Amino acid sequence: MRRSIATLASATLALAITAQAAQAQVLFWSTQAAPVEETQKMREQVLSGFEGGVDFQASETGPFLTRLSAEIQAGSGQIGVVGALHGDLATYADSFVDLSDIDLSGVTVSDAFLELGKLGTDEQKYLPWMQANYVMAANKQALEYLPEGADINALTYDDLIAWAKTMAEETGSPKFGFPAGPQGLKHRFFQGFLLPSYAGSTVTRFRSAEAETAWEKFKELWQYTNPASTNYAFMQEPLLSGDVWVAFDHIARLADAFNQRPDDFVAFPAPSGPAGRAFMPVLAGVAVPTSAPDMEASKALVKYMMQPETQVATLLATNFYPVTDAPLPADLPASARALGPAITAMTTADDALPALLPVGLGDLGGQFNQVYTDTFERIVLGNQPVRDVLDQQADTLRSLMEQAKAPCWLPDVPSEGPCPVE
Amino acid sequence: MRARALPYLLLLPATLFLLVFFVYPFVEIAVLAITRDGSLSLQPLTTMATHWKFGAALGWTLLLAAIVVPIQLAMALSMATIVTKLDRGRSAFLYIFSIPLGLSDLAAGIVWLAIFEQSGFLNSMLHGLGIVDQPVLFLSYQNIWVIFIAIVLAEVWRATAIVMVILVSGMGLIPKEYYEAGEVFGASGWQRFWKITLPLLRPSLQSALILRTLAAFEVFAVVTALGGTTLPVLMGETYNWQFALQDRNVAAAYALVILGISIAATLFFLRVLRVPKGATI
Repeated sequence: MRRSIATLASATLALAITAQAAQAQVLFWSTQAAPVEETQKMREQVLSGFEGGVDFQASETGPFLTRLSAEIQAGSGQIGVVGALHGDLATYADSFVDLSDIDLSGVTVSDAFLELGKLGTDEQKYLPWMQANYVMAANKQALEYLPEGADINALTYDDLIAWAKTMAEETGSPKFGFPAGPQGLKHRFFQGFLLPSYAGSTVTRFRSAEAETAWEKFKELWQYTNPASTNYAFMQEPLLSGDVWVAFDHIARLADAFNQRPDDFVAFPAPSGPAGRAFMPVLAGVAVPTSAPDMEASKALVKYMMQPETQVATLLATNFYPVTDAPLPADLPASARALGPAITAMTTADDALPALLPVGLGDLGGQFNQVYTDTFERIVLGNQPVRDVLDQQADTLRSLMEQAKAPCWLPDVPSEGPCPVE
Repeated sequence: MRARALPYLLLLPATLFLLVFFVYPFVEIAVLAITRDGSLSLQPLTTMATHWKFGAALGWTLLLAAIVVPIQLAMALSMATIVTKLDRGRSAFLYIFSIPLGLSDLAAGIVWLAIFEQSGFLNSMLHGLGIVDQPVLFLSYQNIWVIFIAIVLAEVWRATAIVMVILVSGMGLIPKEYYEAGEVFGASGWQRFWKITLPLLRPSLQSALILRTLAAFEVFAVVTALGGTTLPVLMGETYNWQFALQDRNVAAAYALVILGISIAATLFFLRVLRVPKGATI
């Protein structure tokens, strides 16, 4: 009898201890690494080394923002660390604690990124966590159809159209692929690549004559685009299956193709237009909301995320690149070896024109993206007149910018007050 | 006194439940749909009505309901008649017919996606039989009608069983004497179906039709799985405004439209299939 009581007591004690441990875990609330495989890798390979444990939860941006706002409004909550893109974090600048007191001992972070992390204040509102970009990828079979004299590292949109046309005509089926499915990142292409390349602007010159040309060009390209594109989310799959030979996508959504068949694919910069070679760098950061339950643990986790080993592990788990000077191991996966140089070629090109992800839109970010998606669906899929669609969507865009009171960001010229739509 | 209060007391929990979980959210939604930032505004409603996808979403939803519900009704009636006629193996048939009921909407959509996809079963079969050289892209924005037909098929497959279950129980309530009398007077099978089964089945038909039509207006997961955003429906747009576009006021406006159509459809069926007082079995 006595023994069974002792067993019971120790079991209860053990339970209590595990419950305590579970409670002490820091909740890492993230919009990044949301695909199930990546979430799993984050938990097993990146965060398992953190003492005290991390409860890593990734979610879609909508539910993510809903919970974050709720906790901030309530003034108390469970979220310990927030991981999200620069544009999402920018909205909550007032609700994040200053992270400048975190001792990064020996880790050097890119100055430009640190400056972005201040979100226009004097405090370090978030620390840069990882970065990514969008590139083009091609099956090596496609290279023989390249237009004469074209340099794959310095293509123009006209070259790309000519290339897609030749491939479609000579192989009998359209081989250019575009992530235009419901989960595809098509809006980023229009915001960060197509429009800036022609109009030198994402918002202000949305309905300019140059923007009209850009959409006409894209319509031309669409003729030689695999019609299944409206179902594509990640371009790595159609590239691997051979349905598509040339594609544009986020590097994290191309990585599998390079990892599975490294010898079959090449990565190269996005094309350039009359206004330059526009591209959209993606920066994710980690921040600590003022409502975090355990400030010490949260800051410890932020510090852990910046360590060289963690940064490399994050690269392996998510295909996002480090933002620190973390030395990269020699045995990097094929995707990192192939995609890295393409990004460098793009960002250091003579005509490079960086276009940032939307800043300061908060929960209107979805509607902002929808303006570009709707424009695409109406002009390209619905065949509506370009001029009319641009005029109508520009009205929507203008009222959104006014509602959000968001000033212009790169590549648009800085504005007093809401970014104007001409 | 206590005996008189008892029925009301017994109704109280259900009433409370309805008030808290149905009436309260409904009022909230109605308020959301006609306000913006806390003040009265028609902006959510106009934003919804002037959005270029609204007309298409409304049209596709109504068309889908108008096509799916009659097909399901006809199929369910014949399935229910077969099941009722069976002497043996009745429960086995019922069980097999209602297997799709055990699947979630989304799962059903994905099952059909696996069939129609470019690398799906249908393409493999056509290719195996030598009918096509390379996989056909069925579910593309260029053949929106194919997407529509695929959705109709998936919906019919998924939800006919629920109508059948209601009709089977309704048929079980019809007294055998009517049929025996009909046989005595020489009514054929068809005549017995038209003159006895259908009229006496009215209450079950009513509930089955109301249930199915309401569900048809709320069709969402199957459409999302098969059509993505190519074929917009009201419920998909509601979801989109709430989560992707983060504008709950416009989402509430959409919800009100769905509610409005649902009430109209319910009133229609209540009126058309009403059972006169005193004419019940």
